Amino acid sequence: MKNIIKVIFLLIFLTTNSFAEEDLNNKILKNLRCLVCQGQTVYDSNSDFAQIIKSVVDDKIQEGMSEKQIYNFLSDKYGDWILFNPPLKKNSYVLWFLPYVLFVIGMLFLFYLFKRSSIRKKQ
Amino acid sequence: MKKINFILISIFFIFIFSVLYLSLHNEQIYDTEDLVGKKITEVELDLFGKDGTFNTKEISNYQFTLLNFWASWCAPCRKEHKNLIRLSKNKNLKIIGINFKDDEINAKIFLKEMGNPFYILTKDLKGKKSVHFGVYGIPETILVNRELTILKKYIGPLSSRDVNQIGKLIKK
Repeated sequence: MKNIIKVIFLLIFLTTNSFAEEDLNNKILKNLRCLVCQGQTVYDSNSDFAQIIKSVVDDKIQEGMSEKQIYNFLSDKYGDWILFNPPLKKNSYVLWFLPYVLFVIGMLFLFYLFKRSSIRKKQ
Repeated sequence: MKKINFILISIFFIFIFSVLYLSLHNEQIYDTEDLVGKKITEVELDLFGKDGTFNTKEISNYQFTLLNFWASWCAPCRKEHKNLIRLSKNKNLKIIGINFKDDEINAKIFLKEMGNPFYILTKDLKGKKSVHFGVYGIPETILVNRELTILKKYIGPLSSRDVNQIGKLIKK
């Protein structure tokens, strides 16, 4: 009986582990750009390049590399262009912060318009 | 006040227009410029046609090395081959070939027909080793110095102009 329980636990552990690996694999592949395709992710592409990257990512997961380590490995080989979610670096400050700056400017502009119209109404 | 509004709205539209215009004219192609100056990693490659391996660390034995990724099924490789033969005559340059996802018999026929410019010939049957060199299609060629630093990376077939450029780079 004890052995049966042990086998059941082992099976549960192995299945959840493989599901977790598959999830991680898909998550990584969806964040990688297929360099030979037009705007496709490696996950979506069936190109030769995508097939090789899929296989390499799979190997790296098996080797025990973390998601971040795999991104670092690939961006080291192909540059940040391979990542759909580029890291925060000096040359990507504008990319990351411009939307927030524009949002603040827009809010200030709206605030100014509302304030002006309320002053006009009072007059 | 109306004048200020007009200026602000104009600036806003000019900004939007400039962003869209620049995006349309920005060539979003994979660029290898980032890789120049980086060191190639230590990779063990299987030798072509015989047992044994070649470790990229051994590149430090040669003054300059040209890593060329090719295959017999690749038409542009056929086109660039005469340029590789030209380059192989340089005394301070060793060409290491990496036969990419190819059939060994076809590759041998290719070399018999076109000549063999390779000092050492290796193979990457699954294409996975080439990822370590940032290769995404063939032919690709990487010029490396004794310190294993990438001096130049060429995507596509080597042209006569590239041959002259390599000649200048290895004279420095």
